[in-house]
Amino acid sequence: MRVPLKWLSEYVDLTLDPRGLADRLTVAGVEVGEVISTAGEWEGVYVGEVVDVSRHPNADRLVLATVELAGERQTVVCGAPNVAVGQKVPFARAGARLIDGRSGQPTVLEPAVIRGVESAGMVCSEKELGLSDYHEGILVLADDAPVGVPLAAYMGDVIFDIDVTPNRPDLLAVVGVAREVAALTDVSVREPSIEYAAAGKPIKGRAQVEIADPDLCPRYVAALIEGITMGESPPWMQERLIGAGLRPINNVVDITNYVMLEMGQPLHAFDFKRLRRGQIIVRRARTDETLLLLDGTEQKLSPEMLVIADAEVAVAVAGVMGGLDSEIDLNTTNVLLESANFHGPSIRRTAAALKVRTDASNRFEKGLSPELPPIAAQRAVKLMVELCGGKAAAGIIDVYPKRRKDIRITLTQKRLHTLLGMELPVAQVRQALSRLGFSCRWVPPDRFVVRVPYWRTDVTIADDVVEEIARIIGYDELPTTRLRGEFPAASPQLRRELRDRVADLLAAAGMQEVITYSLSSLEELARVLAPEELSANAPLRIANPMSQEQEYARTSLRASLLRTLADNVRHHEDLIALFETARVYLPREDDLPEEVETVAAVISGRLPDRWGEPAGEPAGFYEAKSYLDLLVDHLGVSAQYAEAMDFALLPGRTAAISVDDQRVGIVGQVHPRVASQFGLEAPVAMFELSLDAILPHVMQVRHYRPVAPYPSLDEDLAVVVSADVPAARVQAIIQQAPLVRASRLFDVYSGPQVPSGKKSLAFSVSYQASDHTLTDEEVRRQRESILARLRQEMEAVLR
Amino acid sequence: MPSDNESLEEIESQALSDLGVVADGDALERWRVAYLGRRGRLTRVLRGLADLPLEERKRVGDRANRLKQELEGEVREKRARLAQSATEALIAERIDVTLPGPPLPSGRLHPTTQTLRDVLDCFVSMGFQVVEGPEIEWDRYNFEALRIPRDHPARDMWDTLWIDYEKDGEHPMLLRTHTSPNQIRIMEQTQPPIRVVVPGKCYRYEATDPTHEWMMTQVEGLAVDEGISMADLKGTLAEFARRIFGPDRKVAFRCDYFPFVEPGMELRIDCFLCGGDGCRTCSRTGWIEILGAGMVHPEILEAVGYDSERYTGFAFGLGIERIAMLRHGIDDIRLFYANDLRFLSQF
Repeated sequence: MRVPLKWLSEYVDLTLDPRGLADRLTVAGVEVGEVISTAGEWEGVYVGEVVDVSRHPNADRLVLATVELAGERQTVVCGAPNVAVGQKVPFARAGARLIDGRSGQPTVLEPAVIRGVESAGMVCSEKELGLSDYHEGILVLADDAPVGVPLAAYMGDVIFDIDVTPNRPDLLAVVGVAREVAALTDVSVREPSIEYAAAGKPIKGRAQVEIADPDLCPRYVAALIEGITMGESPPWMQERLIGAGLRPINNVVDITNYVMLEMGQPLHAFDFKRLRRGQIIVRRARTDETLLLLDGTEQKLSPEMLVIADAEVAVAVAGVMGGLDSEIDLNTTNVLLESANFHGPSIRRTAAALKVRTDASNRFEKGLSPELPPIAAQRAVKLMVELCGGKAAAGIIDVYPKRRKDIRITLTQKRLHTLLGMELPVAQVRQALSRLGFSCRWVPPDRFVVRVPYWRTDVTIADDVVEEIARIIGYDELPTTRLRGEFPAASPQLRRELRDRVADLLAAAGMQEVITYSLSSLEELARVLAPEELSANAPLRIANPMSQEQEYARTSLRASLLRTLADNVRHHEDLIALFETARVYLPREDDLPEEVETVAAVISGRLPDRWGEPAGEPAGFYEAKSYLDLLVDHLGVSAQYAEAMDFALLPGRTAAISVDDQRVGIVGQVHPRVASQFGLEAPVAMFELSLDAILPHVMQVRHYRPVAPYPSLDEDLAVVVSADVPAARVQAIIQQAPLVRASRLFDVYSGPQVPSGKKSLAFSVSYQASDHTLTDEEVRRQRESILARLRQEMEAVLR
Repeated sequence: MPSDNESLEEIESQALSDLGVVADGDALERWRVAYLGRRGRLTRVLRGLADLPLEERKRVGDRANRLKQELEGEVREKRARLAQSATEALIAERIDVTLPGPPLPSGRLHPTTQTLRDVLDCFVSMGFQVVEGPEIEWDRYNFEALRIPRDHPARDMWDTLWIDYEKDGEHPMLLRTHTSPNQIRIMEQTQPPIRVVVPGKCYRYEATDPTHEWMMTQVEGLAVDEGISMADLKGTLAEFARRIFGPDRKVAFRCDYFPFVEPGMELRIDCFLCGGDGCRTCSRTGWIEILGAGMVHPEILEAVGYDSERYTGFAFGLGIERIAMLRHGIDDIRLFYANDLRFLSQF
């Protein structure tokens, strides 16, 4: 809501400077998003009077306008269709800072020769002055504008652009803002006058109003003004409308808009002659009823929508927009003025369905007071009588089937003190509320009874009243205290802690954490997931996606990581290792999806040498696996790897990781086919691990095992096995021997030294007993039994 | 076998002459093994003593033992001299101490994670527990139960991404637009006293620009107990601001509106860049908005079965990226999830 301060000052004395007032309002909940000053930006622009308009010798569409300033005359070339002798206009001298009418960018006016005639300056449009986007003609000032004075001095103003919260439709009105200003600066409000002389015949009997659906229309007020002369509204009104961001149209429409901006009540003017039988019926639209709206669109209506109809057809969509057929035009002489109250949610639903949001629907949907329509109607009638030469019919029609009761709220001292955290004297409470227009009665010993002013539809409970008191006093005046009392019992947060531990471990081990978008495209997911996986866990689709790239809730982190990797690979081979911990969304029938906490990582590039140059081997399967090993080791999870197949990974370089025979993740080299779809050419390895799946197996607290005081005996054990025997199987057998404390694989060899189809695995084995020093003989026997088992189970021979 | 003094003298002179050319620790050890080791020359003499007649055994034994002590002394001395000269050589060598060490793998946590953890730590130290909730939510939790029914104008405050799933002609499932649904989820499961913070990702239907991103990380706070006041809310938030932004920032509160709190408020700090004079970053107001908060609306307490006369509470919600931007001087929120390593590696 744009509020020009000159307009505002008609209703309230502004005792603070604009900046100070904006701060005061903002702190009290009326956020002034921007303080716009229109003065000061009009350097070199003056009020001029057009004294002569003649044809341009070389151009049909241009004229030469002579403008009088204080004691001098300047002739400019002008293309505006509306320039006329006698007008007061904004005149810009060369050097003036303006807005370019075409580009909308700031510019400095240069002297120009247009079609052979020198132009000494420019007569400006609203757009050129930065007042609005209107550029169809020049801005015409009021007749009494003082010629020769700087425009800034004459009509420069400060405009508050207020971000009105949805609960305060009363602030979508200059008078509403004036009430706030008055309350916050402790001055009084001057309400606009609604007194007029009703010189016409009574409205009764000539117009009828019937509300067929009072649930959607609590009140409908109609007034009749006859003998109107259509034309332009006066310049002062146009200036205010422009300042508030609306376009002047004609005197009648301008008055309805003006009163809406002034009092917050949307109005609608019907051409009375076009309402069949002078009838207004407020009813739901009929099935398949259509209406041609003011904006030229033909809308199909539905019975959920409320319309204003005459005796036969719908003439307006209630609270949203009028119909074209009943609209006033330059031939209109009699106006039926509508000032009504509609059900907010219904208006909002209708506007959304028709995709038409208007200044009217924006106000109605927030819930206006049903007390407002007659006041606003009288205000508009007064202005039409005064400004359009109309005669007001005596009386108004006011259909108000269920009169609203005054809202009275009881607020106890105890509640007030509990919420504020401080005590307030009764007098201070009463004063704060009365400044806001609330009446407040102290009922000893402990409570206030508060009557809410009609325009404050947002105040319905005691706590609302507390907020009113607090914001008038100022939140900064409340004390600042710490929470007291008992701490709630703590419950463990194992899932989050696991995620943090995993992130810490991977980052400390050299991986960079990334956070990528949770939404992905089906195409990208299909690159990394097998079709059967995609159909088994069909990703949830967004009904209103912002783009195709963000259309599906991802069921895997792979694609996002590969894309992020590709984005970061830039013509060099540096090692890049990225990980992400995030949720994937696995759909469930008629329920929220299962959100599985997952960690995934990608690694690519060459390992660094002593100087950090990417000179080593390209990182591959084993580099990815070493990170996974690190996690498993630090988390105390006993996991097994086994060769596996995966749609996105290279066969023979892919392993599934399992815990207790349950698959919890996968590690492998990304299939070159998949990598190239992301534009990745170098080898990429990745892993993916379900944190939720390993969580039950994570050792939360480790148990100490005593360090044996007896020496260990270390020896190497190299065995030759078939090339397809996994080393992990051999090591598991070694490790199971009772005297083996630890074993470590330190060499894998295949080549001329071993038979073809075989490989040699060399382990460093450490033997130790917990209760005595081992003898050579004991170690020998243990070694023999290990070898016997290896021989038996995998035909291993000692090398 | 050496049977007389001559042999010992031979051993002695050769040992001493061999020792003269010993130049490093390895050679010294070899020398020691050769003469004094288990099978060393002198050791053999000493072992052979048993075979000698008693008189001779005594004579040769005395000499051999004296020689052993002498040679052991020489070893100690030589070892000390070698160590000394090795140290002197190290000192003389002088390496370039400005060369870098060999590279260690270095990874970092995302700046969102870093700031999120700092914020959570701050509230945890004030007795709040961290809990989490679903990112894909029911309309009921995200809006309805928070006093934002369908067709309520406040829905405009949260442009929503809806899941393509229909029930009774409506879309009941959505990407949560804020962490506030967890207020309801927690209160439905727990009785007061409550003190929780809920971190998590949130989503809005939003065009991105330097200050808007469609995915963001929020932290929701909720405290419910007997006697909780706006003053407690102010104190909790002021302490948060002091810890995260430092003691020199000015903190102020203003009235604001959210359908699920009453009274509502917003926390602001004075602008870092202009110190409160007004600049572009603070929209010339001198203040930067940090978070929204308020007292839990009594209808919400009643709806979850609490006695709103007995219990009061406060709630707040803050955006982690915004706080990280202020702390690190980041001027474009889109940098967070573009994941450019040139950005991420700075934190």
